[in-house]
Amino acid sequence: MNTYATRTRNSRPEPFAVHVGLGERLGLAHMDWPLTIAAIALIAFSVFTLGQATQNDVPGDPNYFLERQAIYALLGIVGMVVLTRIDYSRFRELRVGIYTFLCTTVTLVFFFGFAARGSRRAFELPFFSFQPSELGKLLLVLALAGFVIDGARRGSEVQRTVRYLCLGLAPAGLVFLQPDLGTSLVYVVATLAVMYFGGVPWTHFAVIGGALVALITLVLVVAPAVGTPILKGYQEERLTSFLNPDEHQSGAGYQQNQSVIATGAGQLSGRGDKATQTRLDFVPERHTDFIFAVIGERYGFMGAAFVLSLYALLFWRALRITTLSKNSYGTLVAGGIAVALLFQTFVNVGMNLGIMPITGIPLPLMSYGGSSVLATFLAIGVLQSINVQAHLSQKGRFAW
Amino acid sequence: MYLRNDSRPQGSRLSLRVAVAGGVGAVLFAILFFRLWNLQVLSGDEYLAEAQNNRTREIKVIAPRGDILDRNGEVLVDNRASLALQLNTSKLPEDPAEEKVELARLGDLAHMSLRKVRRTIAEEEEVAPGAPVTLRRDVGFELIAFVEENQEEFPGVTVERVFVRHYPDGTRAAHVVGSVGEIDKEELKEPEFKGLEPGDEVGKGGVEYSYDKFLRGDPGHTRIQVNALGEPTPGGQLVSEAPTPGNNLKLTIDGEVQAAGEGGLGARGLPGAFISMDIDTGEILAMGSNPTFDPSELIEPSQAQVDQLYRDPVLAPLVNRATESAYPTGSIFKIITALAALENGEITPDTVVQDNGLIEVGGQEFENAGGVAHGAVELRRALQVSSDVYFYLLGLDMWKTNELQEWAHKLGIGRPSGLDLPEEGETLLPSKAWREQFVKEGLALEDRPWSAGDNIQLATGQGDLQTNPLQMALAYAALGNGGRIPTPHVGLEVEDAAGRVLKEFDYEPQRKIHIDPGYRTAILEGLHAAAQEGEGTAAGVFGGFPIEIAGKTGTAERLPYADQSWFAALSPYPNPRIVTVATVEEGGFGAASAAPVVLDILEAIYDKQASAVSSGGGAE
Repeated sequence: MNTYATRTRNSRPEPFAVHVGLGERLGLAHMDWPLTIAAIALIAFSVFTLGQATQNDVPGDPNYFLERQAIYALLGIVGMVVLTRIDYSRFRELRVGIYTFLCTTVTLVFFFGFAARGSRRAFELPFFSFQPSELGKLLLVLALAGFVIDGARRGSEVQRTVRYLCLGLAPAGLVFLQPDLGTSLVYVVATLAVMYFGGVPWTHFAVIGGALVALITLVLVVAPAVGTPILKGYQEERLTSFLNPDEHQSGAGYQQNQSVIATGAGQLSGRGDKATQTRLDFVPERHTDFIFAVIGERYGFMGAAFVLSLYALLFWRALRITTLSKNSYGTLVAGGIAVALLFQTFVNVGMNLGIMPITGIPLPLMSYGGSSVLATFLAIGVLQSINVQAHLSQKGRFAW
Repeated sequence: MYLRNDSRPQGSRLSLRVAVAGGVGAVLFAILFFRLWNLQVLSGDEYLAEAQNNRTREIKVIAPRGDILDRNGEVLVDNRASLALQLNTSKLPEDPAEEKVELARLGDLAHMSLRKVRRTIAEEEEVAPGAPVTLRRDVGFELIAFVEENQEEFPGVTVERVFVRHYPDGTRAAHVVGSVGEIDKEELKEPEFKGLEPGDEVGKGGVEYSYDKFLRGDPGHTRIQVNALGEPTPGGQLVSEAPTPGNNLKLTIDGEVQAAGEGGLGARGLPGAFISMDIDTGEILAMGSNPTFDPSELIEPSQAQVDQLYRDPVLAPLVNRATESAYPTGSIFKIITALAALENGEITPDTVVQDNGLIEVGGQEFENAGGVAHGAVELRRALQVSSDVYFYLLGLDMWKTNELQEWAHKLGIGRPSGLDLPEEGETLLPSKAWREQFVKEGLALEDRPWSAGDNIQLATGQGDLQTNPLQMALAYAALGNGGRIPTPHVGLEVEDAAGRVLKEFDYEPQRKIHIDPGYRTAILEGLHAAAQEGEGTAAGVFGGFPIEIAGKTGTAERLPYADQSWFAALSPYPNPRIVTVATVEEGGFGAASAAPVVLDILEAIYDKQASAVSSGGGAE
């Protein structure tokens, strides 16, 4: 048996190691290639779609969004490759620094950020505006997973759960105050995901779930009723309008209605350049939050389903990496990233299709925006690093 | 808690959690796929239709109305291109105060009050949201130039070419052709205007109204592609359905005859009317009323024009005095009295009556005009010299029988004529029954029954009689053609733009009455003598006219006004084809003003001039 096992291990094909070349030298040999391909295919599709759909958006510069998104994509891919070569385990040691950095940057935007549409989320840099809360999604997962591992033996289970929750909800609250409801929700979900993969008992999740329901009731029903609304009017309208879009024809419901019409009009094979809904400004924010409607209208069910499949592939590969990780830290980080990606994808696409509220969450790797593209690629780089380290430690157990 | 420092997580417990996470992910993706399939594949058609609808605006292209031609094809009414001031409301300032300032400025420019500007916008927005609002049609070039030079001050204001009715001869046949205007709220509810929208132009009077469905075309449509703000996008014209112009309407009116009548009547300088009609077909060759109006003034009347056109009850230029008036007729009514007496055996054509210049009935004296005694007169002579006494006696003979009223009614007096124009007035044929009803309702000045005097008055076209030139023309037509009451009309046929006849209007005589040919001949002889022989009342006017005619003068007392002049003619004599009636308010004797108007018309019809005659006709 031993011989068998040894032979199995030794004879295991290493397709990318056969030719020792650039891939090997960059340390890409143990990358998860389906994950890489899915991510690159998505960003390529994004650049392609932006190039076709936003030609008239910036007068005199038909390729404005295309060029910028392509640059962000290249930067992101470079960042991903760099992270792939770094042992992610170091981030566990840096957890306090990472967490401090996270909290500091999301706080600094209140003072130095530039305001756009009533909210301060980003720093204005020479080349692009940097939105710390986007990178913060990854930073929160990296730091929190470290805290979970570190504190695994300290205090009772309840104390630990409360501690993790507080650590996660603090930056979430800061982001909520920017105000950026969507991103803060991602923080909450990422926190819960790390705790989930960190083994927090099911009963605790049941209690947290109950508290969430109570909180939502308080925010949406009780607080406005007693005259101290917590959400801003537009936020509440966005959150609830998808339930009956016809009542809000001119406001949030209008946007969503137009997005649904656009997607539906794409039918099976899409309308190509005849995609009037998204070309003639009926769908707002078509290069960012509502880019999925653009894909739906231009490329039809075939295009949109293809994109969705890529996200499914992405999620599957990310989740798979949680089981391959050489250590618990990697598992928690991969799980947090996987669930955060799933959550963002589902909420954004669901919003485009009219079944989820408008929360302003971009579609990872698809929506235009440097911070989001860069942060997502870095997160995938961390996933790759976990995969690479798993292979290097020769402890990978099985592949799905 | 399954975490043990940096070791691998415990397999089975982690596997469960990963499996649950994977399951949740699978469910969420399944929801998205299902929703996507539902939206795009199952109900994609509906959403595509909605998207198509979203991106297009339909702009109505107005169809030009058909031309109105006279019977010879001469244009009475056509269209000219004009400029209209339009406003794209989406370009108005968002700030209400600024919007108000701009609308007020626009109103000043278009001579409209701010309220009217707002109302116009609201009305048109209701019908065609997003389409430009037409503020005012037919604006001058100076105004256009001003707007274009100051474009920044007038965002959203554009100038559009539209069609406006054009009247090459100004007032020519104004009362016949009528006018056009925007459809009003009441008209929109009527079935004949089904499918029309506020802002559409329809006929408001004359043949423009009664033949509206032929003249009105079908609007075309241009679909343009717009963006979410409703702004047209470049190259966004999608489909264009050309408007179908209205068809041309040919009238029975003869432009030259009409011009002659209008010239003749206008020369009198007094209110009045004329009508000339084919006695067999009912085709009206000419019909006019003075004072008249230029229908183009009705399109966008100034305040002064409104005052003059609508608010002058005495001159009332818009009233067609040929059909909407209510006058006593004087002696031209005598043919009806004669027919009634003859047909009822009260007299024969040869019955002789001694005319001493007056009769006395119930203590009341009825005199000939000027108190002249004509001596022994029979029917022809009585008509020629217009012996009132002769007809007073006939009125007296028939005052208890209602025979006079029956014949007047049969000949069309006091009843709707069947004319194909909307303008027709109330008329009155007084009778015993009417008098009783009138008294019963407390409307009469004197509470007395129908008297012999009433019937005597009616026998000479006086008293309570209220009729109009059209009804008298019908009565004369029936006499002339031997008993057929034609249906008077001005619509001849509908033609397309190339002149092909699409529809001919067929107006059958509305009824027939029996008139003894002998009686007819006798009356016509009397009328011929009156018009053209020796002592005839109109011989001074028609004596030198080369065409033989039969005609009757009338001088109606219409207190408190001066006497009204009438003339009715059948031509040519003895087999008449055409009846011509004219009246001039306060025109004096029939021969003094109305007869010359009829002569002008007949000269045009027969293209023959009358030579001057020195022998003056007598008074009536």
